[in-house]
Amino acid sequence: MGSLFERDLKIINVGTPFFIEDLALQGVEHVHLAWRPPVGGDASLIEVLDKIAARQDVIAEANDEVLRRIKAVAVKLIGVKRAGDVIPGLDQKTILHAGPPIDWAHMSGPMRGAVVGALLYEGLASSTAGAIALVERGEVGFAPCHDYGAVGPMAGIVSSSMPVHVLYDEGRKSYAYCTINEGLGKVLRYGANGDDVLERLRWIEKEFAPVMDAALAGCGGVDIGAIIAQALHMGDECHNRNKAATGLFLREVMLHVLNTDFPLEQKIGVLQFLNRNDHYFLNLSMPYSKLALQAGHGVKHSTVCTVMARNGVEFGLKISSSDKWFVGPANFVEGLFFPGFTNEDAARDIGDSSITETMGLGGFAMGSAPAIVRFVGGSVQDALNYSMSMHEICHGENSSFTIPTLDFRPTALGIDAVKVVESGILPIINTGIAHKEPGIGQVGAGLVTPPMQCFIDALKDYASALTDS
Amino acid sequence: MPTIMKILRNEYYDSVTLMSLTAELKSQSGAEQVVVLMGTDMNKDMLKDLGFDMVELQDVSAHDCVIGVSGEKCDVVLLNHIVHKLQHSSKLALGGKRRVASTIKGVLSDFDATIAVISTPGQYAAREAEMALRHGLHVMIFSDNVPVADEKRLKQMARAHGLLLMGPDCGTAIINGVGLCFANSVRKGTIGLVAASGTGLQEVSVLIHKYGGGVSQAIGVGGRDLSVEIGGIMMLEGIRALAEDASTKVIVLVSKPPAREVQCEVLDLLSRIEKPVVICFLDGESPSELPSGKRFVTTLEAAAYEALGLAGMRTVLVDETDTGSQAEITAVMRQLHPSQRFIRGLYCGGTLCAEAVSLARSSVGPIFSNVSKRKEEKLLNPLTSQGHCFVDLGDDIFTEGKPHPMIDPSIRLARIVEEARDPETAVLLLDFVLGYGSHPDPVGVAMPTIRLAQQVAKLNGGHLAIVGYICGTALDKQDYNAQHEKLRSLGVITARSNANAVQIACQIALGGG
Repeated sequence: MGSLFERDLKIINVGTPFFIEDLALQGVEHVHLAWRPPVGGDASLIEVLDKIAARQDVIAEANDEVLRRIKAVAVKLIGVKRAGDVIPGLDQKTILHAGPPIDWAHMSGPMRGAVVGALLYEGLASSTAGAIALVERGEVGFAPCHDYGAVGPMAGIVSSSMPVHVLYDEGRKSYAYCTINEGLGKVLRYGANGDDVLERLRWIEKEFAPVMDAALAGCGGVDIGAIIAQALHMGDECHNRNKAATGLFLREVMLHVLNTDFPLEQKIGVLQFLNRNDHYFLNLSMPYSKLALQAGHGVKHSTVCTVMARNGVEFGLKISSSDKWFVGPANFVEGLFFPGFTNEDAARDIGDSSITETMGLGGFAMGSAPAIVRFVGGSVQDALNYSMSMHEICHGENSSFTIPTLDFRPTALGIDAVKVVESGILPIINTGIAHKEPGIGQVGAGLVTPPMQCFIDALKDYASALTDS
Repeated sequence: MPTIMKILRNEYYDSVTLMSLTAELKSQSGAEQVVVLMGTDMNKDMLKDLGFDMVELQDVSAHDCVIGVSGEKCDVVLLNHIVHKLQHSSKLALGGKRRVASTIKGVLSDFDATIAVISTPGQYAAREAEMALRHGLHVMIFSDNVPVADEKRLKQMARAHGLLLMGPDCGTAIINGVGLCFANSVRKGTIGLVAASGTGLQEVSVLIHKYGGGVSQAIGVGGRDLSVEIGGIMMLEGIRALAEDASTKVIVLVSKPPAREVQCEVLDLLSRIEKPVVICFLDGESPSELPSGKRFVTTLEAAAYEALGLAGMRTVLVDETDTGSQAEITAVMRQLHPSQRFIRGLYCGGTLCAEAVSLARSSVGPIFSNVSKRKEEKLLNPLTSQGHCFVDLGDDIFTEGKPHPMIDPSIRLARIVEEARDPETAVLLLDFVLGYGSHPDPVGVAMPTIRLAQQVAKLNGGHLAIVGYICGTALDKQDYNAQHEKLRSLGVITARSNANAVQIACQIALGGG
């Protein structure tokens, strides 16, 4: 206490702002908290929080370990392979999808369209009706990408013949997978399944994949983390804006593509495809994030979120210490619509791409991407505020990724479910809006948050496990 | 009656802000009812009783702010005006900062705070306090309604960490010269205070200042600290801290008489402390054995006086203007009607009221008060005076849904007129508490009402004697001299201390009638 009398007073004011006027009058340094009753004053939940708080030292240590593991990964893109050949357990009759588990009967329009497309592409059906019949006979298995070390944007459909990016973490000798981004417009991930879509998928399989795989072999793999770090300094947040990262990736592989033994025309086609698709890199920032977070998954006592994903109906998340999905109804994205589309056209929030936010990119790094704030509706200050406020719900930060406009402050990392529930601040996700009908594609972009209930359920489950142990 | 309502989703405002705004709007808007509150279940029930539409309120939660107006003059323009005021007030309060953290943990990442001042609703205060203590912060809890069990746990925790937990429910402290919550601006000096009463601490510090002394530290430990349940944990910690503090030469304790076993512990600790100590147990009895070098007093004025003596200061009143002259008092006494016999003390400061009770009892005989613990003195209905009466207007019965009278002294106004109407009222005794946290112009608020009260008494064929005490210093933000001048302009007799004000009031009551 002696030290209190010798130090300058610096005051946190919690509650009424009534007193701060007089603190200012006295010239005392102070911060007025934007306080509100925790968890809406729900007494049973406050009890859960208090129970968890009693173990906070153990939890903090566990969460430290999660972050240490996440930050220790050294991720390289090492190849483009056929999904069925590299993803363990993925057979010809299994289809992977975005988000938490869901069955055919409950799937949203875009996901159903993409499933039909995948069955046509695989040659398991020759018509939409045939594909649906096949599914309804129960001959097709569905599983979340996340359960197979994979991630997929929007509908996130992965079937065995599709080529996937193979990312490898040298340290933990583990892998993550993601399909090749098809571009915008009528594409499978938005539920389109017409001939043009299937044709493009086949071109990716037959023409693109072999060249890219060979190029990657030629250059010994591409360091994806390094590209993300640079892209954050070039106006990307690596979820909704990937222009810079895609350009950097193109620079990395261009000569190696040209150095492969394929016909020049085919190689030019590959480079053109990359060059025309601003979102190519999304399908690399996603598996990068997945691989890193996978490293942090499975740490006992941790409350850090390692998965956030949406299947178009439900939002689901996992925390490191549990393999359970905690789900709640997916929200609608709030943002701006392309000309000719309105709220009425929007599907619910969908896709595994929120893995980037889980990794501290996307909405968390929006301060890096002032160019997209107009696109999602908002001001540059909003973007900076989003990035700053995410620190409040994260266990730590990631010094590998910094935000120039925030004086190179590292991005927030390790969403702590406890902090989310305590503060009432939800992770902010920067995302595209799909049309609710299959095949129409993207109709806008904006911001969305997970339902708070997922975090509450995760904490309740966590607290009940505390009693048991 | 027509009603309209607006719901601000997910916008939280604290109760002081809402109550102050509601009070202001009611007087200005001309609407029958103006309610601005958070959508808690309790508040929703209240809105229902007031005739607001329950369907609209169905999915409103405690995170939503509800604005409702009723009456012939209610319209959307008024609603929007309220929304603007509300949102504008909070922006100003945030000091123009772009973004502010919402948890203590969140703030600490880039602000190395030393102390947390907590004024949330009582049921949440303990959580926030615990969070603050865990992060090594000293804590001042201003909130009331904190459960005793929580207070005990938090104080034990604070003691274990070598931290101070001040309050709850006595929001007064001066730490390193900084006034927290309600506190006066006083000279820095060598007298350290530990007090379990808010205005008690304020009065002693003000008197020390007025008599030329100064305060090293003033620690408010909360009104319940010296109860059996809490065991004086923070009083003891505070004494130890001041005993070790090099700039503190004299220690003053201020409290209601503590529980017996707590008193023993306090005295035991004091016997091991070399510094001189003044023990002020207001309205208490001197312990049979006092440790050597320790003085015992029962009034705040005596506490200040003794402390100054022990600090080696000659106790000469620095500001003579406060002393009501004998001639003035005598003149007033002559004007009283024979029926005018009683003192009516209307207090904003609870401990000032308690000191008045203690002094008046021995001077004018039977008295009544809502702060007295004695059965025969208990004021049966605090809303109506009887005999010599001393009312603490900070009592819950007066403050339900309203700010404390030190923040908003207007809740005293109607009562002033009521007392003036009573033909038995001889002297009105009023306190005006200045300092941080208090109303910017407490005398100004009361002026029109005081004039009215004087006229009322005159119409009844009497004269209303008014004695006023301003608990404040020339350094306080309210401009002490201007406040004093205002009282004098109304013919109010001003006193140098609360005890002095009580003496004058007693003299008038005894001499008149």
